[in-house]
Amino acid sequence: MIAFPSFPDRLETPGGQIGRPVNRVDGRLKVTGAARYAAEHTAPDLAHGYIVSSAIAKGRITRIDTSAALALPGVLAVFTHENRPDLAWFDRKWKDEDSPKGSPFRPLYDATISHSFQPVALVVAESFELARYAARLVKVDYAAEPHQTDLAAVHRDAFAPSKDKGGFQPPPRPRGDADRALVEAEVTVDCHYSQPAEYHNPMEMHASTVLYNDDGTLTIHDKIQGASNSQTYVCNVFNLPKSAVRVCSPFVGGAFGSGLRPQHQLFMAVLAATQLKRSVRVELSRPQMFSFGHRPRSLQRVALGAHRDGRLRTLIHEAVQETSQFENYVEIVVNWSGQQYKADTTRLDYRLARLDVYTPLDQRAPGAATGVNAIEMAMDELAYALEMDPIALRLKNHTDIDPNTGRPFSSKELRACFAQGAERFGWSRRNPVPRSMRQGRDLVGWGVAAGVWDAMQGQAEARAVLGLDGSLMVASATADIGTGTYTVMSQIAADVLGLPLEQVRFRLGDSALPTAPIEGGSWTVSSVGSAVKAVCDKVRDRLARAALTLEGRPFGTATADDLLFTDGCIQSRIDPAQRLPLTEVMREAGLFAIEETARSLPYLLQRARHTLGTHSAIFAEVRVDADLGTVRVSRIVSAVAAGRIINPKTAGSQILGAAVWGIGMALEEEALTDHRLGRVMNHDLAEYHVPVNPDVGTIDVIFVDEEDRVVNPLGAKGVGEIGIVGVAAAIGNAIFHATGVRVRELPFTVDKILAAGGP
Amino acid sequence: MESRQGNGTSGSVRCWRCEACLLPMTGDPMPDTAAPTRLTAVRPPVPEGQTLTLTINGVDRAVTMPPWTTLLDALRQHLDLTGTKKGCDHGQCGACTVLVDGKRINACLTLAVMQQGRAITTIEGLASGADLHPLQQAFIDHDAFQCGYCTPGQICSAIGLMNEGTARTPDEIRELMSGNICRCGAYPNIVDAIRTVMAAQAGGEQQP
Repeated sequence: MIAFPSFPDRLETPGGQIGRPVNRVDGRLKVTGAARYAAEHTAPDLAHGYIVSSAIAKGRITRIDTSAALALPGVLAVFTHENRPDLAWFDRKWKDEDSPKGSPFRPLYDATISHSFQPVALVVAESFELARYAARLVKVDYAAEPHQTDLAAVHRDAFAPSKDKGGFQPPPRPRGDADRALVEAEVTVDCHYSQPAEYHNPMEMHASTVLYNDDGTLTIHDKIQGASNSQTYVCNVFNLPKSAVRVCSPFVGGAFGSGLRPQHQLFMAVLAATQLKRSVRVELSRPQMFSFGHRPRSLQRVALGAHRDGRLRTLIHEAVQETSQFENYVEIVVNWSGQQYKADTTRLDYRLARLDVYTPLDQRAPGAATGVNAIEMAMDELAYALEMDPIALRLKNHTDIDPNTGRPFSSKELRACFAQGAERFGWSRRNPVPRSMRQGRDLVGWGVAAGVWDAMQGQAEARAVLGLDGSLMVASATADIGTGTYTVMSQIAADVLGLPLEQVRFRLGDSALPTAPIEGGSWTVSSVGSAVKAVCDKVRDRLARAALTLEGRPFGTATADDLLFTDGCIQSRIDPAQRLPLTEVMREAGLFAIEETARSLPYLLQRARHTLGTHSAIFAEVRVDADLGTVRVSRIVSAVAAGRIINPKTAGSQILGAAVWGIGMALEEEALTDHRLGRVMNHDLAEYHVPVNPDVGTIDVIFVDEEDRVVNPLGAKGVGEIGIVGVAAAIGNAIFHATGVRVRELPFTVDKILAAGGP
Repeated sequence: MESRQGNGTSGSVRCWRCEACLLPMTGDPMPDTAAPTRLTAVRPPVPEGQTLTLTINGVDRAVTMPPWTTLLDALRQHLDLTGTKKGCDHGQCGACTVLVDGKRINACLTLAVMQQGRAITTIEGLASGADLHPLQQAFIDHDAFQCGYCTPGQICSAIGLMNEGTARTPDEIRELMSGNICRCGAYPNIVDAIRTVMAAQAGGEQQP
């Protein structure tokens, strides 16, 4: 069950659409099967590609024998590094909007194998079944070289990365002598945590359908979190003009970051289509979904020293993460700790170690979902060491000034999150003694953690066309990966112009539309929503000017500021009887349509003076079988402060779904690599466990009232990531409360609980 | 159906089933393909297309396809009924759930030729014109999906669940819906949507 709290309007919302928990506007298409995803577009001449994946982790291909595959009637071609066409040479041509520093992977470029599952050939045939069958007949011989896929074996060789990726900030310089303070502190904890590689595994497997048009141009249906990103990539790699490549992604079957970068199926499908001059689809298999980016493995140390009253004397947070041999994938892991808690001394350290794996990739709350877990579990350990309530300890070290930068937060209602979450959860009834709460055979544990994420904004463009029939079309090349973009953008547009929601259509997922950044990092409402508001403001200004200059002056002496847009009408605030439908104003003024475009930019100056972020408090209840040690998460309360909520229903689902991700992270998700083979072995949904329905109990979402006038004109911070941050820590802390044993290695599976002495 | 690897992995073959995992060479699972030179000679021919009649959403559809085509690929590739989704092709995720004679099955785990003469219902066949099936409407009202990709399978599975009549409590619904993965994590809302429709139906049955 999920609570949809009413959200008070603080900024002017004449249309009253913002804050309403309306149903998804694309809901009907999704429940009837009418929404088409990347692999569901077709053409009369469609051919099917199937990828052959590398069986080794490192080395060279010595021979590829494609004769058996090519001998089958209906097999059209087998593409390998030996017969590929000329492709872009410079690294920058292979980079995309989300590339970290390095040399991006080039599929079928040469004989080098840099990771297991690397695509080594593409078989194209008249049918999917035939392509799949023929792919098994491609014989690949390798000269294998020694590989290393074990982070534990190389973490001492890790290096400190520079600013290697957009949005990344290296840790701030140390404040004071944190290591010495640790020795001197009255109460200390010093703990090591580890987190495995986790794979996004959206339900829709990555696919690209390339439609080869009569004029040789390409219409590409791709699984991507930003159509323009794929368009640029294809144009650069294959040296095509932008006019010849259109990328569409109106529906994306989940991504969670996996679609931030164009993946190799796009390259493969375009390669085959341009070579064969016909339409081609390439869809990855579920095992091949383990062939690219993932949340990186990490090893962390958090050492805390406190005064007797709970004030932090020292905060040390060190993290090592894996990256590939060819790119420096970085994320912000440790900075959150220094931002969230004020300590007398702080030392934060972040390093990368190279492995023979594919480059990791942003996954829901990249970095925070790793680093915040560690600090929040360590804070719980410190609370027990101090014999202090874990919420009280966090409030004791709460800060409204970001200690990393010395700047104030633009808003930070974290204390309200704790207060409202604790009340909803019933925290005051908690007996803090481990193993003190039981129900039947179950040990019951209650744990808490705080969460934090960024409130970023990029520049985005939008176009709006208001028709004489009162219909409003707004468009921007953003994406809706299930986040509710269609719905909230429609609400924002309807709100500005006071139109019924049914009269608004929002278009997205098409590189031909006005430019928008890739959809990720919870910045789409902030970036694209601001552009939608800006363009609708321009339409409104045009309408206001038209209304005020109409013959006969129906609005009398009113000025533009006196006009209210509501229920499809323009109304004077001075005299509500002065009221005309928008369509009538347009007709009278001789306007057949009003078309505007706008670009929105972040409030750079204001933003530079603040730290912006979303905050949360997560409460988890676990039930641990006293005999078997099995863990169930029976209840989660997530209280979130994320500025203004455009749609509490879709936003609530974001938090709810992210909490489910947190349950998976805490209890199930782990890519198990056989380091002898350098290969993930549990590469399907039977062996790589993600939460299923009975794994999830009650999840209660609270949106805490928060006003922010720095973040953007909407006051909305975005909610895609914050819901996962800290959830695994809250569950881990609840397991300790239930059992009295600490497990510091994710996921908290029964074997680890038993090995630690539980239950 | 597998190919032997050279040099680095001469001790392994590609799994015949999924091509992705490696099987240790403890006895050749398919000895007739062990020698690459014999591959062409012993490999069965690619099957020819044959015409089948499938009854889908109350309509008989004649379609020509090779018998190795799964019901899922028949729907998606040959009949352009893409509402039924492919999430794993291995019976592990439930995205391809359809109803056959009212029972829920994974369309990826059955061949189309095996389903001739049976009544196949897909997501496209649930609404009557503009009127959605109550579960479709309940899924919208309860926001029981986000990306929408698992949704057709969830809805078909829930109809199958209600046809079975064994789930009474929320916990039973959760357990009996456990074959349908929703990576967006809409599970609590899915349970709420199903409960709402089950309650409405139970209420309706009690009326004279």
